[in-house]
Amino acid sequence: MKILKLSCRAALALVLAMSLGFPASSQSAATTAYAIKGGKVFTLAGPAIENGTVIIRDGKIAAVGANISIPSDAQVVDATGLEVYPGMFDPVTQIGLNEVSAVSATVDVSELGDYNPELVAATAVNPASAHIPVTRASGITAVIAAPGASGFDLQSGGLIAGQASAFNLAGWTMDEMQINRSVAMVINWPSIQTASFDFATFSIKEKPYADVKKEYDKSVNALSDWLDRARHYAQAKEKGSPALYERDLKLEALVPVVEGRLPVLVIADEARDIRNAVDFCSKQNLKMILGSGSEAWKVKDLLKEKKIPVVLAPTNRLPEQEDTPYDKPYTEPAELFAAGIPIAFSSFGTAFSRRLPQYAGTAVAYGLPHDEALKAVMLNAAQIFGLADQLGTLEPGKMANVIVTNGDPLELQTQVRYLFIKGQLTSTDNKHRDLYEQYRKRPQPAR
Amino acid sequence: MKRAILFAALLATALLPRAARAQNSGAIFIQNATILTVTHGNIEHGGILIRDGKIAAVGADLKAPADATVIDATGQFVMPGIIDCHSHIAVDGSVNEAGPAVSSMANIADVLNPNDIDIYRDLAGGVTTANILHGSANPIGGQTVVIKLRWGKPASELPFQGALPGIKFALGENPKHSNFPTPPGVTPRYPGTRLGVEEVIRQAFIEAREYKKQWDDYNQRKSAGEQNLIPPRRDVRLDPLVEVMEGKRYVHAHCYRADEILMLIRVANEFGFKVRTFQHVLEGYKIADEIAASGAGGSTFSDWWAYKMEAFDAIPYNAALMNERGVIVSVNSDDAQEARQLNQEAAKSMKNGGLSANDALKLITLNPAIQLGIDARAGSIDVGKDADLAIYNHDPLSVYAVVQKTLIDGQVYFDRQRDLAERAALATEKQSLLDKEKKAAEEKKAEEKKADEKSEKKPDTKPDKKPSPKKKPPQDASNSGNANNASVATGATGAAR
Repeated sequence: MKILKLSCRAALALVLAMSLGFPASSQSAATTAYAIKGGKVFTLAGPAIENGTVIIRDGKIAAVGANISIPSDAQVVDATGLEVYPGMFDPVTQIGLNEVSAVSATVDVSELGDYNPELVAATAVNPASAHIPVTRASGITAVIAAPGASGFDLQSGGLIAGQASAFNLAGWTMDEMQINRSVAMVINWPSIQTASFDFATFSIKEKPYADVKKEYDKSVNALSDWLDRARHYAQAKEKGSPALYERDLKLEALVPVVEGRLPVLVIADEARDIRNAVDFCSKQNLKMILGSGSEAWKVKDLLKEKKIPVVLAPTNRLPEQEDTPYDKPYTEPAELFAAGIPIAFSSFGTAFSRRLPQYAGTAVAYGLPHDEALKAVMLNAAQIFGLADQLGTLEPGKMANVIVTNGDPLELQTQVRYLFIKGQLTSTDNKHRDLYEQYRKRPQPAR
Repeated sequence: MKRAILFAALLATALLPRAARAQNSGAIFIQNATILTVTHGNIEHGGILIRDGKIAAVGADLKAPADATVIDATGQFVMPGIIDCHSHIAVDGSVNEAGPAVSSMANIADVLNPNDIDIYRDLAGGVTTANILHGSANPIGGQTVVIKLRWGKPASELPFQGALPGIKFALGENPKHSNFPTPPGVTPRYPGTRLGVEEVIRQAFIEAREYKKQWDDYNQRKSAGEQNLIPPRRDVRLDPLVEVMEGKRYVHAHCYRADEILMLIRVANEFGFKVRTFQHVLEGYKIADEIAASGAGGSTFSDWWAYKMEAFDAIPYNAALMNERGVIVSVNSDDAQEARQLNQEAAKSMKNGGLSANDALKLITLNPAIQLGIDARAGSIDVGKDADLAIYNHDPLSVYAVVQKTLIDGQVYFDRQRDLAERAALATEKQSLLDKEKKAAEEKKAEEKKADEKSEKKPDTKPDKKPSPKKKPPQDASNSGNANNASVATGATGAAR
């Protein structure tokens, strides 16, 4: 029955899929070795290789080069005339946690309460989310889900919003998909805002600075307090026997943070907030990653000095203030790169994750070198979140997340022809293409 | 946000002179450009002659007349100015009159704000014309207006002269208030279902039809020479609906699901009017034949989806599929940022659904011009049309294209080089204003201190400067506790989506 409904194109894809040994729906573990041959290979670890070959075995890249013999058991994917890249990586999303933003029953993003360090995104990532195949069809092979992180199209939670998890966009269960259960602690930096938008009256409400500052100090003191308690908890745990302390999941979750093993992804936009956050993390000896950073360009020297990487808010956004140059969000990536600050692009969204290459492309139009933009959607986020030993380049030993495209992956018209996730050829079919094929075949209605 | 307000005054002094300096009358000649005419192919190394704000000549073999100011566009691309069929920029205050379910008496044209910086920003994204819509809170919303982005001109000079006015209708989740819960203690507003949305629209048109009949009778008797007639009582709520039935006002209907689109086509047939455009129309691809047969256009997003239930079946192939079935399709912004990347959004329909480059360009030029009834004046590079043009350094359907100049009526309203050159002066001016403010504040403080010292003998009259106690923590535990600027902006436009 299903076959009858398939269009020529889908049927062709199915035949291709069968010949290559994976079911059209997703992946199969049947094939362990692939050879992608004939394409221009951009390893991001050296110059591009014309007519290169990538060998994949047991989920990992086995070999990359110009003159590589193809193992007899490998399924061959002909990439002649195509380009081969590492899969793209979107580091701040809520994929798997947010299906339909306005329908709260489908959203597991913002827990009640301001301090939830013990919550981990991986707990509730839904492997059957329609967003997963839709997003990977655009060449994004892995993402990080950040619970409660604020930003562009995200739904924000409390001050300490929970732990972000990195995972591949293919797999039957989260166990299969997971790359790293905990890559960062999400902190929404308390912003000093005298003006705020009041949804009840749909207008801007002003508050005296003194009031707002007092509120801010209270929040920062509370954050300090949580970290101090986590340090005491770690000491108690180290020195005392379990009988001498009461187990506390929140403090336990903060121990890797205060010990500098787990980075904090601090979401802040205005220059003043960024400075405050940097100062705080510096004093507390936290490993800080700046998230969003709309005004990071104003504090370049500080970020450079403190070696703080920036996960950029979507390039395609309006300037922060009325008198900010109209193109400042577009030129910010180039400016931060030129200042020597590590940058990664991110969608700060769920449904918008597939716009990741567009954001990088816009930054190239406004001065970011093209090869750096590729790194900033494929490699840099892996480095920033401590996953570069597994992701980000086409080098032997790394996880085989590979995309094969018909051109520049940052250009709007480029198609992803083949997709490998964790070494498996993965379908680019998705809800959107299914609906397109289905309704394209709708007969003309009787008039 | 707050600083945005603070510097509004500064901008008024700093940015406005730009437009005042825009060239006036006189001939302009754009030379050596790749011209994307949209109606008759692309011209390499072509020229465009502009006289009196209109395109006077277009072609490959044109020479600059002696009297013309020359814009050299060597290596650059000229396309028709982008037309955004769904915008909420340049509106002073709220876009929604959200009280009554029928708010046809409210008119966006009455609240145009020519100082909205988003006019300039969108102009810098190649947009020259925008359909400024009321929000989507009501089944029958407010009246709408088509404007040209004449930055620097007063509100009275923004409207696109001759363009028919419109009215916003809205179907589905927004008018039934699905995603904006009624506060406790407040009676929910009717309608609360798609069934009720239909009923509100039908009831309003039943009234409008009766009202129209009264006026038609009156006018008939009056023109027959009858004396001492009392005219029917004027109803500003029903007047625009009568105009809709008389074809003098376009209906732009916000909608998502296929069923509600078919519903409005039925209602329109019942009352003898046409829906001019279905806006968003994210499930339009499911019933493209019916939309095409009704004569309505479809104005949609490139790839937004899943932000609410009725957007869960949205697909990025929507524009291409409707186009394939004969619907006049445009891609719109609904958002000041999205507007300045409409060239990028149009290009996505080449990837998703295989539109040709020219058909992709039409999505943001000729097709919205047809939808707004201004295609005789805008939407392509043809002799006699208004010289509304966008000049890019690359093919505008590439992500790498940057707008260099935007012209409206043959005047340069945006010039990237001029913008870059003026930044230093703008920064200096801002600093001097800040210094002045600071000095004034310090002087005021000193004076107050003096006054305080004088009145120290009567401490009980001293004003209590202690700040009032805090009520709420800065980050609310609930979803609404989002003080982030970007999210606020998203939320605000989300109400209109």
